[in-house]
Amino acid sequence: MSSLTAVLILVCLAGVFGALLGYAAIRYRVESDPIVEQIDEILPQTQCGQCGYPGCRPYAEAIANGDDINKCPPGGEAGVKALADLLGRDIKPLDDTLEESQPTVAYIREDECIGCTKCIQACPVDAIVGAPKLMHTVIIDECTGCDLCVAPCPVDCIDMLPLEQDVRQWQWPNPANDTDDDNIIPVRQVS
Amino acid sequence: MLKSSPFKTSSNSVSRLMQTVALATLPGALALFYFFGWGVIFNLITCISVALLCEAAVLKLRQRPIKRNLMDYSALLTAVLLALSLPPLAPWWIATIGTLFAIVFAKHLYGGLGYNPFNPAMAGYVLLLISFPLAMTRWLPPETVITNAPNLVDSFLLFFTETDSQNRTLDVYLLNADGFTMATPLDELKTGLSMGYVLPELMHKPIFNGWINVGWQWANLGFLLGGLFLLWKKAINWHIPVAFLAAIYLISGFFHLFDDQLYIGPMTHLFSGATMLGAFFIATDPVSACTTNKGRLFFAASIGVIIVLIRNFGGYPDAVAFAVLLMNMAAPLIDHYTQPRVYGSQEN
Amino acid sequence: MNTNNNSVHSTELAGRSLDEIVYFSQHKFHGGVHPEEHKTLSNQSNIQALAIPPELIIPLNQHSGRQAMEVVAVGEQVKAGQLIAAAEGDLSANIHASSSGKVIAIEDRPIAHPSGMRDRCIVIATDGCDEAEWLPPIEHPFKADKQQLLRRIQECGIVGMGGASFPSHIKLMPEVNKLVINAAECEPYITCDDRLMREQANTLIAGIQLVMHLLNASEAIIGIEDNKPEAIAELKKTIKDAQTSASDKFAQNTSDLKNSSIKICVVPTKYPSGGEKQLIELITGKQVPSQQLPLALGLVMHNVATIYAIYQAITQGRPLISRIMTITGDAAQLKGNYLTRIGTPISFALQQADAESCDKVIMGGPMMGFEIFDTQAPVIKSSNCLIAAGKGELKATDAALACIRCGECADACPASLLPQQLYWFARSDDLEKAEQYNLFDCIECGACSYVCPSDIPLVQYYRYAKNELVQRAEEKQKAAHARERFEFREYRKKREKAERAERHKKAAEARKKAAHQKGQTDEKKATIADAVARAKARKKSSD
Repeated sequence: MSSLTAVLILVCLAGVFGALLGYAAIRYRVESDPIVEQIDEILPQTQCGQCGYPGCRPYAEAIANGDDINKCPPGGEAGVKALADLLGRDIKPLDDTLEESQPTVAYIREDECIGCTKCIQACPVDAIVGAPKLMHTVIIDECTGCDLCVAPCPVDCIDMLPLEQDVRQWQWPNPANDTDDDNIIPVRQVS
Repeated sequence: MLKSSPFKTSSNSVSRLMQTVALATLPGALALFYFFGWGVIFNLITCISVALLCEAAVLKLRQRPIKRNLMDYSALLTAVLLALSLPPLAPWWIATIGTLFAIVFAKHLYGGLGYNPFNPAMAGYVLLLISFPLAMTRWLPPETVITNAPNLVDSFLLFFTETDSQNRTLDVYLLNADGFTMATPLDELKTGLSMGYVLPELMHKPIFNGWINVGWQWANLGFLLGGLFLLWKKAINWHIPVAFLAAIYLISGFFHLFDDQLYIGPMTHLFSGATMLGAFFIATDPVSACTTNKGRLFFAASIGVIIVLIRNFGGYPDAVAFAVLLMNMAAPLIDHYTQPRVYGSQEN
Repeated sequence: MNTNNNSVHSTELAGRSLDEIVYFSQHKFHGGVHPEEHKTLSNQSNIQALAIPPELIIPLNQHSGRQAMEVVAVGEQVKAGQLIAAAEGDLSANIHASSSGKVIAIEDRPIAHPSGMRDRCIVIATDGCDEAEWLPPIEHPFKADKQQLLRRIQECGIVGMGGASFPSHIKLMPEVNKLVINAAECEPYITCDDRLMREQANTLIAGIQLVMHLLNASEAIIGIEDNKPEAIAELKKTIKDAQTSASDKFAQNTSDLKNSSIKICVVPTKYPSGGEKQLIELITGKQVPSQQLPLALGLVMHNVATIYAIYQAITQGRPLISRIMTITGDAAQLKGNYLTRIGTPISFALQQADAESCDKVIMGGPMMGFEIFDTQAPVIKSSNCLIAAGKGELKATDAALACIRCGECADACPASLLPQQLYWFARSDDLEKAEQYNLFDCIECGACSYVCPSDIPLVQYYRYAKNELVQRAEEKQKAAHARERFEFREYRKKREKAERAERHKKAAEARKKAAHQKGQTDEKKATIADAVARAKARKKSSD
């Protein structure tokens, strides 16, 4: 009899708490982006394909399905760290075969351009304007520096130039990187 | 390296701050020396030398500039505070182990000055209290109370060899005329109360002066004086000592009013044990204390409350070290909840 | 541990009668520090005019907002006051030649900027004639309509001369009840506003009346630190005269000024009382809501030097081509205040003040200024001070010690922030956390670094963290934009593919129909014939 009471009480308790938890799960539900969205948010959206996927979104999907997080050179170490934080994975150094790149923009040497439109087709963000047999040009503000237009160019008239820094983009340096400062582990400058 | 403004600084510096605090212990230290003899000096010398050695060694291991970090005087201050909390004639290895632990474990293993979550001196003290309870509670009564105070040579021998020139141990000095071992006033009270005595009876022991404990009140007055000097010099903020002492006064007063046979009065609380040392020198350690003004008030008041509770109800006669360490743990949380209202933001 | 200068000055002033014009501030702001003032170094002599330098280097971006666009060409002859670069849009400012001569270059030159970088400048080789060409004065400014006055201020390239260099005509657009004049000049060493008030009190009061008219304000309050008793006395005398005598040429013309009042609010000497938000709190007792403008409290603040420039622009048609600048510091032999042309190379100014053998040059005050690495950089509209520091005068760049969490910085912070928490967050790159702890309410006044016993470059941490946060936000925005474009392209490609498939399908159907009509049942043959025909056609067109 007494064991039956105990079982009954436990069952009731389990029911009550279960209901409570279930209610709480619905009532206090935190709306969060699906993981792919969150990963995509971190990726730099250069759409360069250096990761081996055709664009950032496909790579985000691949990461969500278990691919490595260290295949994005434009995102750099900071990007890898952010992904590791998000996914609870270990931080890995960037893939050796890939090199972390400085931000650049494409520049078409316009007098050499033959107007083949190949770069226009390659550009993942439609940042190149031009028409067949007419000179093309890059909209600098839209260019993500992905390099994808360089290879298709039959006359090699596209250069990747580092983004110019002027006074308006200048930033105060991080004093923590000043190695004079005591108690600070020297940090490699990652831009 | 490009440096940002400002290009002027005040004369404030860490080393000056630490020097000022260390200097301010002088009146209290002198009072302790007067009543408890040469042991105080031996403790100070041992702690300071061990602290500086340990600091230098660890800095070398950690490949930090040794001279610059030694010159901040923080290790010295930790050593002084620990030395002033130790029983004067406790053997030399007590001071050595305590200091070693304070500097190496409580301070440098956490990242050195500025990173230690716990007050190093108190961490060292608590380690000793837990590991060597006997040595840590054999506190020679004031020289005005005992008749056979050890002289310089005997103190030296007791400190380093644990026996004096006539091969007597510290226990011999601790025996009073009745054949009872004497201890600190708070210890006496704790033992007495647990044996069923009431306060008025205990207060007639020679260690008490009718209402307050001999010697200790002078040491506490000394530290109070030093503390006032620190306040005047603006080396510490008023928040911590005031909240600390007010809390002790109010809570102990409350208990005393409730039952004056069992709970000692607020004045006795304020002037016994390490109260003043704690209020002005220990709890005010900036690294491990709260940093917001509201937080400091709460932090120090909580320490005061815990001290009275442990003294009245706990197993240990004094409780400054435990109370400080407990609140050190809570400091980051308190800071988080006591952020000041920022200019122009709405009160919420 | 700071020496308190308050009492000294207050008693000095207490001897003077306080009345309906001058009163002491009844309010306080949190924190603040009392650095040594060093003001008597430079405020003992009259303002002198600095010589015309052989070469003027005039940057195109001396203001907050967009860079101005040059309107002169290399080789062109220009006169003083001639427009050489025009504002690009509203949030920008005109730039004028500050003396006559010939434009010899338009190129990147070192500019007065913390980075020590170069920026686009117009370089003028002066001819020494200083031939000027002002705009026509506005004869009856109190009768002129607001738009006309604003246009004049805009034309003359007036920007806030207290430091932020915000185009003044924008700040003067709204109508407010109260005008606050910032005459606190709380930074050590700087005395240009002090001297200006002592020597040009008449002009300033007339200028204040003008700006009040512009803003339709009924009240103006001059906030001034109590360490400038001479300036206070001078202003007070002028205000009194203006109130009593009907001879004042502007007051005559206007009826609405009769109800208006100008008062002087004396605030205790405490850095940074001249911070916009701090001065407003000292004067009104109210705080400007976080991340908002003083306009939220119904007031507008202008610096005395700006008022002076506005007055000159309106009554003389004189553009902003010169300013009063303090040259001081132990290494300067001829310390004082100089009327300096915009574009004067710093090296020339230092040479004129006999200050070439200095240890370090700071532009601005020691609390918020910045070091000049290349003295070829020019003086700009916001340059209020040059400190030619002698050896040991300024802080040696010692490496910082560890933070001991003493909280001195929090006690000194005029914004009631927790500087050391911000420091820990900035150092561990936990910038979002720093933002949560109101990093953007920091005014970078330097009070925290000033009191820090460990000499930690706190302000630099905050500047870095702010820059970094802004940059990250921009990058994020850019990434979102790129994503949008990428996705649109994918969509477009898909759509084009679908359309192509649709066309093919239609074409195939059409062919089928045609074949059917021709009676050819062999569909395969028809397709091949079709393809051959198409190939032929293509070949033909490519030939």
